Amino acid sequence: MDMMEYFSNADLVGSSPILALGTFSLIALLVNSLVKNSQKIVFWVCVAGVVVSLWFAFDNFELNHTAFSDMLLVGGYASFYSILFLVITLFALFLSVPYLEKEEYHLGEYYILIILSTIGMMLMGSAGDLITIFLGIEIMSVAFYVLAGYFRTKLSSNESALKYFLLGAFATGFLLYGIALIYGTTGTTNLIRIAAQYPQAFMDPLHLIGWGLVLIGFSFKVAAVPFHMWVPDVYEGAPTSVTAFMSTGGKAAAFSAFILAFSVPMSMHDPKLTMVIAILAAASMLIGNWFGLSQTNLKRMLAYSSIAHAGYMLIGIASGTQLGQQGITFYLVSYGLTNLGAFGVIAMLEKENGKNLSYEDYAGLARTKPALAALLSMFMFSLTGIPPFAGFVGKYYLFASAVQSNLTWLAILGVITSLFSTYYYLRIVVYMYFREGGEELPPLSRISFATVVLSGIGIVVLGIVPSLILDVLKSMF
Amino acid sequence: MTTELTIALAILLLPLVSFILLIFTGKRYNEKSGLVGTAFLGADLLLSLYILFAKIPSEAKVWDFTFTWIDFHSFVNNVPLKLDIGIMVDNLTAVMLVVVTLISFLVHLFSLAYMKGDIRYSRYYANLGLFTFSMLGIVITNNYLLMYVFWELVGLSSYLLIGHWYEKKSASDAAKKAFLVNRVGDLGFFIGIMIVWMQFSTLTFDGIFSSIQNGNIPFNSNTWLTAAGLLIFCGAVGKSAQFPLHVWLPDAMEGPTPVSALIHAATMVAAGVYLVARTFPMLTADALLYIAYIGAITAFIAATIAIAQNDIKKILAYSTISQLGYMVMGLGVGAYTAGVFHLVTHAAFKAGLFLASGSVIHAMHHALHQVNDHHTDAQDIRSMGGLKNKMPVTFWTMMIFTLAISGVPLTSGFLSKDEILAGTLAFSKFSGHTIIPIIGFLVAGLTAFYMFRMMIVVFFGDHVDRNRADHLHESPRVMTVPLIILAALSFFAFYSFNPISASHGWFFENVTTPTVVVPESVSATSTEEFVEEVHHQHTLAMILSVSVAGLGILIAFATYYWKKISADAVADALKPLYNFFSRKWYFDELYDATVVAATIGVARLLAWFDSVIIDGIVNGAASVTRLGSVISGKFDSIVVDGMVNFTAYSAGFFGMLLRTIQTGKLQTYIVFALIGLMVLLALYI
Repeated sequence: MDMMEYFSNADLVGSSPILALGTFSLIALLVNSLVKNSQKIVFWVCVAGVVVSLWFAFDNFELNHTAFSDMLLVGGYASFYSILFLVITLFALFLSVPYLEKEEYHLGEYYILIILSTIGMMLMGSAGDLITIFLGIEIMSVAFYVLAGYFRTKLSSNESALKYFLLGAFATGFLLYGIALIYGTTGTTNLIRIAAQYPQAFMDPLHLIGWGLVLIGFSFKVAAVPFHMWVPDVYEGAPTSVTAFMSTGGKAAAFSAFILAFSVPMSMHDPKLTMVIAILAAASMLIGNWFGLSQTNLKRMLAYSSIAHAGYMLIGIASGTQLGQQGITFYLVSYGLTNLGAFGVIAMLEKENGKNLSYEDYAGLARTKPALAALLSMFMFSLTGIPPFAGFVGKYYLFASAVQSNLTWLAILGVITSLFSTYYYLRIVVYMYFREGGEELPPLSRISFATVVLSGIGIVVLGIVPSLILDVLKSMF
Repeated sequence: MTTELTIALAILLLPLVSFILLIFTGKRYNEKSGLVGTAFLGADLLLSLYILFAKIPSEAKVWDFTFTWIDFHSFVNNVPLKLDIGIMVDNLTAVMLVVVTLISFLVHLFSLAYMKGDIRYSRYYANLGLFTFSMLGIVITNNYLLMYVFWELVGLSSYLLIGHWYEKKSASDAAKKAFLVNRVGDLGFFIGIMIVWMQFSTLTFDGIFSSIQNGNIPFNSNTWLTAAGLLIFCGAVGKSAQFPLHVWLPDAMEGPTPVSALIHAATMVAAGVYLVARTFPMLTADALLYIAYIGAITAFIAATIAIAQNDIKKILAYSTISQLGYMVMGLGVGAYTAGVFHLVTHAAFKAGLFLASGSVIHAMHHALHQVNDHHTDAQDIRSMGGLKNKMPVTFWTMMIFTLAISGVPLTSGFLSKDEILAGTLAFSKFSGHTIIPIIGFLVAGLTAFYMFRMMIVVFFGDHVDRNRADHLHESPRVMTVPLIILAALSFFAFYSFNPISASHGWFFENVTTPTVVVPESVSATSTEEFVEEVHHQHTLAMILSVSVAGLGILIAFATYYWKKISADAVADALKPLYNFFSRKWYFDELYDATVVAATIGVARLLAWFDSVIIDGIVNGAASVTRLGSVISGKFDSIVVDGMVNFTAYSAGFFGMLLRTIQTGKLQTYIVFALIGLMVLLALYI
């Protein structure tokens, strides 16, 4: 039977990045189970898969259509996000090798799980349908659950995985229930066809509740207060290389789907939903930054920082404008680079059994490892939002979008909470540069260092010439 | 970008490359770093000369390269909101490029000997590179944004250079003072830029000026236009050490002497004058009048202080402030070209004066070292004397510089000062502000007097200590060659073939007053009329300025050479006035009592606020979390102990709701999520 009866050539071209990565993940799986001690081979197969997928994603950029009966978006937005996820994956892969070798826990399935979750992310970023979003979230999350518990002999890693899994399942429940209600009231799960039913559909409270539940499902995934509780525990317990990947790729994927789900049908600004999202944003900024102040463990600090940054990005969703969506996208790029860099430094300096992770352990780093200290300081400045780093430009756009949409109070709150965050971000700089200390450090790997330097260059370049990304975004939205 | 602009960009970047190279490899190749830096600047100078010789005959008024740095993709008042930045070269820029690179190159060269064996030799050369880069950035940009960035970079690099010997408290204090005082002016500059940005949504000079020309005025009020101009001028007040922010410059003499030559002759202080020149088209008559008065007041105050100083570098420092006052005054009265011309001529002879004084100090240090004298101040002119025969090259070159700054005919200083004074005369004729030319001529006389006082005391007569005199020697060739070059440049011939008037020289022909764009009702006298009047006043100005300069020189000789007038007796007779001058009009004391005291008060208040309120918040956050975990710990034990009952549950539940606790227990997380859900749905429906 001819397969082309069921889908066209355009469908295949449109989904080529996802298909390519999927194919490579299957090859990697086979290699991993057939060849002994094949971690290195699996690693390179996965890298090859990402590179090929990147090539397809770039190739698709100019396209603008949908695939598989409007289930998938092709080109532009979808390609941009696919490229973002794939680049993050590439960074994460290269950061992981030395980390896993150092921790003496080097298995091939790690890399396979990483690229499987990337497939989920790409589905989320190209979703034209609520079902696609759901599938993407599940593919990504299931891989993440396993990755969080990857150190299977460690109690903290197991705890982290189990918590993540249970709460993730809980969130999926909300999401699916919401999707069901929306389907029940509109008769479709396709985002554009749902949008076509505005405003009649919104008269139905069940439809509204459906969106509310979907919103909560997303809030879990992006780690917005009050659905953030899993984040610190999971980030702290998971292997650092996994945390780096989850906090960047996972967050970016959740937001990419968030924008798709809420801006396509919601471009009509439902005022109630806007208000709820604004409240979520405000709560996330406040709680995330507030709790960040009193942390002593760097991974935990970055977990709260991740909550706070979810708050900043929610501003962009609440604003409901193109400026806000461009702002989120730019922010995700800069946040991804910055966090990968910061976690990369932390992973390099971490010692066995989660040691060397507190502020005190970083005292005097400027003297023992000046380059690493300078890089980590740059990342902290970028997270704070200080020019000339990319974090500043991202924040600028998000706050500007809030002002544009008459949500000035959110922008003010954002600035004030950013001020709070200065304390805990710059505290690490103070420890590194102005405190005495510095014991023996583990030998640093060249690959990790190169990756971190690349992120550093990235945030400086984007901070000085943001037009590189902004002009692309302009053409997308 | 054209070839010429690429070269201009290379001129800008070469010193930066030198800085980066030296800062990273300097420790390894310490002795070589001086030569590397000098070589870079030499190349830079050659390129700048090329640009000058290419630009002056060129047809194009300006070479410009602009690109959009950030496009905000939005509109304000129907004007697209985007930041354009770029570089440009017009005749003024081309001249400034040569001035800056020439002086910087000579200072690099001179320092090879002067800074030999310094503990931070390579750092010194690296910082010189950074400084030159920043200064070149100011003159080459075509917009206020980059100008402000480079402006601050000049502030930073001057801080590093002035505080080069930071182990010395006076040096690090002076660096701080220079930085902070400059910041005051920069704040005004920044506000001015913001007003301009608010109104015009562009920061390029061209964009702003053409917008004003089209009748676009900030807040539709000419007063705001004046205010914007004056706020931008604030930046110049700080950098060019104008009254009332002149106090940093004399202290900045704590830096190495070649640095003084670089910062205080041709670059940093010139930046302020350059800023006024660049902003000139948008200055209203009111703003210009204000600027003229600030310049005149500065020139006068500094000249009176210079009379009563005994430190050779302090005398030169105050003379710098005074001459900067001249330039600002010149621009203020509308004598644009004359003001800029004085900037150029002054750069050469003032750099020469500083380097010559460096040569003298170098020799004095050496001699004092030889006779094991560690108490005598090597910079005090009273401990010098009779150096003429010991250091002939230094003497003769310094004499030429002194003649130039005093405005004696055949020198470059005569040409430029004369034009400014003629400008003030013309200005007073139009506006009736006769006090400005009066101050101008008075200061010309004072300048001649205090400069010759210094020359006579330092070089004539006998050396105060015979023993020491035997150890005084001329400085090495690498130090005297820059002096000879600068001395040559202090003659008229480089600027105009006519020794008594520069108005037909290449400079006046090519660096012309830009078109004023402010509305007619608030603009100063039209350029043609003004130039006409300057021509009329020229002869009078020349006669007057030569006679007051001659008078000043005569009095100096009568007092310090022939000793016909006793300086001490005069000082005694005018004791209060003398003290007033020698204590620098008590500016430092005044600022200490007001601004500094107030700042320290505010700082104390803020420190209290920090330690009580901010730390309180931070500690509060910690204790809330701690309290939360204590409470949740109790909560847990209650549950574990099987004492679950609804009352306890809801009590703990609300406790936690208020404090949002991170318990580590999955159940509580889900409870919170559910509460959150309910609250949101309640809000939502």
